[in-house]
Amino acid sequence: MALVLTEEQSMLRDSARRLISDKAPVSHLRHLRDSKDPTGFSREFWHSFAEMGFAGLLVLEEFGGSGLGYVEAGVVMEEIGRTLMPSPFLATSVVAASALNRGGNAAQKSEYLPKISNGSLLATLAVDEGAKHRPLQTSLQAVRAGNGFRLSGAKALVVDGHVADLLIVAARTAGAAGEREGLTLFLVNPKAKRVAIERTIMVDAHNAARIELANVEVDADSVLGEVDQGAALLDGVLDIGRGAVASEMVGLSEEVFNRTVEYLKSRKQFGKLIGEFQALQHRAAELYVDIEITRAATIKALQALDTDVAKAASAVAVAKARAGTTATRAVQEGVQMHGGMGMTDQFDIGFFMKRARVCEELFGDANYHTEQLARARGY
Amino acid sequence: MSDAENADLETFRSETRAWLEANCPPEMRKPATSDADVFWGGRNAKFASEPQRIWFERMRDKGWTVPDWPKEYGGGGLSAAEHKVLRAEMAKLGARPPLSSFGIWMLGPALLKYGNDAQKKEHLPNIAAGLIRWCQGYSEPNAGSDLASLQTRAESDGDDFVITGQKIWTSYANYADWIFCLVRTDSAAKKHDGISFILFDMTSKGVSTKPILLISGYSPFCETFFDNVRVPKSHVVGTVNRGWDVAKYLLQHERAMISGMGERGVGRPLGQIAADSVGTDALGRLDDPMLRGRIASFDVDEAALAACAERAVDLAKAGQAHPAFSSAMKYYGTELNKRRYEILMSAGGVEALEWDSERSKQGARPRAWLRTKANSIEGGTTEVMLGIVAKRILDLPGA
Repeated sequence: MALVLTEEQSMLRDSARRLISDKAPVSHLRHLRDSKDPTGFSREFWHSFAEMGFAGLLVLEEFGGSGLGYVEAGVVMEEIGRTLMPSPFLATSVVAASALNRGGNAAQKSEYLPKISNGSLLATLAVDEGAKHRPLQTSLQAVRAGNGFRLSGAKALVVDGHVADLLIVAARTAGAAGEREGLTLFLVNPKAKRVAIERTIMVDAHNAARIELANVEVDADSVLGEVDQGAALLDGVLDIGRGAVASEMVGLSEEVFNRTVEYLKSRKQFGKLIGEFQALQHRAAELYVDIEITRAATIKALQALDTDVAKAASAVAVAKARAGTTATRAVQEGVQMHGGMGMTDQFDIGFFMKRARVCEELFGDANYHTEQLARARGY
Repeated sequence: MSDAENADLETFRSETRAWLEANCPPEMRKPATSDADVFWGGRNAKFASEPQRIWFERMRDKGWTVPDWPKEYGGGGLSAAEHKVLRAEMAKLGARPPLSSFGIWMLGPALLKYGNDAQKKEHLPNIAAGLIRWCQGYSEPNAGSDLASLQTRAESDGDDFVITGQKIWTSYANYADWIFCLVRTDSAAKKHDGISFILFDMTSKGVSTKPILLISGYSPFCETFFDNVRVPKSHVVGTVNRGWDVAKYLLQHERAMISGMGERGVGRPLGQIAADSVGTDALGRLDDPMLRGRIASFDVDEAALAACAERAVDLAKAGQAHPAFSSAMKYYGTELNKRRYEILMSAGGVEALEWDSERSKQGARPRAWLRTKANSIEGGTTEVMLGIVAKRILDLPGA
């Protein structure tokens, strides 16, 4: 498979770019932040997104979706990264839809996937519990009770948690924290009794929530996949999410980089354009190469996911690790090269720095994924 | 790509896999560990082993020493997609290149683009068949990074040029049969406008070479001297005084070649090689957490670069490649290879310090480590590459 976009994928990119840059430039995020918007994204825009077929991009046509693949999802994520548009696309259309696609039984699929496709249902995965992404450390307890389970514990960094209509909760039905065996995914109604959801205002002004479950009752039908055997399902869904976030970071990095290079070509000091200084030229050139390499690694990972999710782990680890270090470098150089202007809230560069920091933590940072690669290679 | 083309490509893949499996000797399925393992061809070439000869001859007979060259010049006539399949299948098997040569990597592509019919017919088949070994006469003592300031003169004399001057860092000039060489044919013109690209036999009267001893203890490079060397004007490739165009085009291929150096993704993972000397802890992890982290970061970057190299080929095929992108790859690939050898030295510890013994294969590791230091200098320094990226790709001012 060639590591370049096909004609259809390029057309998808162009239409996503037109729509997003027109309706949701960075000023859209700024407005949501400044007005303390209670939803955190534009529902109206989400419906036009759904009408374009983006909300159900990964959902099969029989459930009302577009039936496209992870490369296409990455194409949309990259465009989202360029303008930092807050959107349910990641949590609902990529992560939750993949969890249902891969783990759902016929009833679960036909109940939820059509609603995801038409934009009427928002869903999210709740996995992290501690400060860092450690899925196997999941300790939220699910104990059998009658015909179902009772769930108790807390989750953090649940993207879109305060607006979601459906929570997919990783819980421990057996074993101890750190073990693969004994993980189970549950579909939980956020409006159920004893579910407490606190929206957390984040540094990047994107949606996240803390969720507490205190003996929340769910029936046996709410198990997604198999009891105790959820680790493999979770791995695949997380890898899909990681590939998508890596794409967002590629888009974000490239946008910051383009803005920074334009600044180097227009800002004058000492009687010349600062882009004439070799100290800055070489740093810009290094960053360009970093972004190109990371872009290639990310396409590679998305193609690997399209081929076989279960065999894509190493390619995804490479992409997410690279995306983290590259985006971090891009936003740091962006602020530094913009000088004092880069430090002002009035200038957009800071928004990119903040979003990059959150993307870095989402689904595992560069250290986490570098460690995963080392383990996979047996040293 | 249509379904029919895809099906054809899959047929090609299975046939290629079967052919390689049947024809690549087992000895040729592991990485070359020293220069003796590499077959360079040429008038005085000797095979290091029987498997090396067999492998070379079988591949040559299929045109697969130069798989994507036209068949009329001894190539395999493969399409870009087929060539990619062949490379992938060879990599899967760990098959070595049957023939290494500057003729294949550098001169051939330049001749295919700029050479006339007679030049192509004379030189390309000899390159494909490994009969003539080429060297590159580019750098001079006062023309390194600033290559276009070269001063080797070619004076017009009837149907000939008479060449006088000195080249330096001429790789394997002492083993080469012919040279492709940059000479100044107009000293009054601006520096880029008076250069010609010319080919001549290294046995010509007036040519001499002197190997340069390097920090690795080896002499892969020479000083090369020309004292009134007489060369027919018909040996100029392209137009007289427009040699810089040819030179730059060739440099793109040279940079692509250098960025591809190093045993990328073949053999055992670096972390396992390190474990041989460093040892492992109770969990089977490398018993040096800092080194383990460095290696893992290296592995991430190496895998990402491999994807980028693959993408660069795909972009070129799709007509979307930036012509200066090989400079970007050259910069990153060489810096990465230096990192690899710093890690190998660190991992090897005391065992990697031995310089002259059977046990250390004559200091293979430290010598290779020192050799890599040239990677970011030869073919254009890292600093020159970054300058090219800044100027030609990013369009930054005054670069």
